[in-house]
Amino acid sequence: MLTTRVIPCLDVDQGRVVKGVSFVDIRDAGDPAELARFYDSEGADELVFLDITASSDARNTMVDVVERVSAEVFIPLTVGGGIRSREDMRRMLEAGAEKVSVNSAALANPKLIEECAEEFGSQCVVLAIDAKRVEEPAMIERSDGGSDIAEALWQVYTHGGRRATAVDVIKWSRMGAEFGAGELLVTSMDADGRKTGYDCDLLRTISSQVSIPLIASGGAGTLDHFVNAVTDGGADAVLAASLFHYGELRIQEVKSHMAESGLPMRLVH
Amino acid sequence: MNDFRLAIINTGAANIHSVEKAVRIVGGDPIVTTSADEISSADAAILPGVGANDAVMQQLVDRELIETIRDFASSGRPLLCVCLGMQILFESSEEGELPGLGVLRGRVVRFPSVTGNSNGRRLKVPHMGWNKVRFLDDLVTRHPVFSGIEQDTYFYFVHSYHCVADDASDIAATSPHGIEVCAAVVHDNVVGTQFHPEKSGRSGLEIYSKFLAYARRRP
Repeated sequence: MLTTRVIPCLDVDQGRVVKGVSFVDIRDAGDPAELARFYDSEGADELVFLDITASSDARNTMVDVVERVSAEVFIPLTVGGGIRSREDMRRMLEAGAEKVSVNSAALANPKLIEECAEEFGSQCVVLAIDAKRVEEPAMIERSDGGSDIAEALWQVYTHGGRRATAVDVIKWSRMGAEFGAGELLVTSMDADGRKTGYDCDLLRTISSQVSIPLIASGGAGTLDHFVNAVTDGGADAVLAASLFHYGELRIQEVKSHMAESGLPMRLVH
Repeated sequence: MNDFRLAIINTGAANIHSVEKAVRIVGGDPIVTTSADEISSADAAILPGVGANDAVMQQLVDRELIETIRDFASSGRPLLCVCLGMQILFESSEEGELPGLGVLRGRVVRFPSVTGNSNGRRLKVPHMGWNKVRFLDDLVTRHPVFSGIEQDTYFYFVHSYHCVADDASDIAATSPHGIEVCAAVVHDNVVGTQFHPEKSGRSGLEIYSKFLAYARRRP
C-alpha cells in the first residue's frame, strides 16, 4: 500500500531559499539544489518549493531553480507560487517539476484547473488552499435583499494568506477535485507556525468528502502531530517547513516514529 | 560502443526532461526526438509519458510514429516505456477513444471507484506516492533491467488507470493498491514501468542504469 509521504517545504525568494536549513554543515544554506540534496538524503518523499518572489520579473529565476534541482535530485518536486496560467505551469513542468500548485489564480478562475488537468493530466495539478477558521459566521446577502448566515467553518484566503474571500474551504476543495485537481495541499492559517498540531478537524472534513490525496500543512510541532494528521485527519502526506529547517525534528525520526505508530512509511537507510 | 544511440521518444509529455536528466546522470547520452528516422535507427529507445491517453496517442498519430514504435518494439531492440508510455503499449484504454499501440495484449482500466484497504480507509485515486514493488520472477530469471532490485523496493507512482494484461506472463511486477496493480511489464525486449523511475530516487536511477547496460550489451 501507499506510504505516507513526508514533505519539507522550502520558500524561495529570487532563487534563494529563505529560512534555510540552519543546523547542519551545509555550505550554502540558501542554495535550493544543496538543500534538496540534503533532504533527499534525509529521506524526504517529495519536495515542495514555494516561490515567494514578489516581483514578477524575477520569476524566470524559479525556472532555473527547478532546472538545477531536478538535474540532481530525483524525487518528486512540486512548485508553487505565482502560477497564473497554463503557460506558467508548462514552463515549470518542462523545467523538471513533477507537480505544480495553483492557489489564488485558480480561485479567480477555476477553469485554470480544468485546462491544466486536461493538458498535463490531473496528477500534475495540486490545488493549494489556505484555510482559516471562521470566527464569526458571515452574513451572506441573498439576491432578494435578505441575508443568510454562512455555514462555512473555514474560509479560503488567497495571496499568501493576505486576502480573505467569502469562499467555503470545504466546497472549494470539492470543486477543485471536480475541476480536475489531482491533489490538495491544505494549510491551516490558524495552526501555521504555532506548533500545536495540524488542524485535524479541517483535514478530516476534507478527507471524508474528497477522494483525491490530501497534504496536511501548518501546525506540526511534535512527532505525534504527524501521526495524528493521518490517523485523525485522514491526510495522505504531511508537510512542514521551519520545523525541519531548524532541525527541531529530523525527517528520519519523523518517519521512524510514524512507522512505529503503525503507518506504512518508506524508510531509507 | 561509441556509436550506441539511445532515443527518447518525445511524446510531448511533460516528464521528458526529467527522464533525460535521469538517463544522463547514469551515464547515458540520449537524443530527445520526434523523428521517425532517428527512432528507427536508434539502438535502444525510451517511451515516456504522462497525462492523458488520447493526448499522447494523438501526438503519435500526428507525428506518424505509431508504426515506427511498433516496428521498433518488434525489432528486438530494447524499449523502455514509462508510466503512460507503458499503458499505451496495450490495445485500448478506458481513459480515451484512441486505440493504444497494441504491442501487448490487454487494456487499461480505471481504478474501481470503491476499493478499500484492510484498515477500512478509502483508497485514493490517483494512486499517488511511494508503493512497494513485488517482482514476480525470482532473481535468477528476472529481466536484466530489474535484476538485483530487492523485493518490496519502493517506487513513486502517479496514475488513475492501470493495465490489465491478457497474458499473465507479460506482468513482471505488481504493487498493492486495493487490487494488485500491474507495476511493470516485460515482453522480450519491451520493458515497461507504471511507476516513475526518474522520480524514485536511487532505486529509480538504478533501473535507468540497468536499462543502459542491457541495451549496450546487445549486439
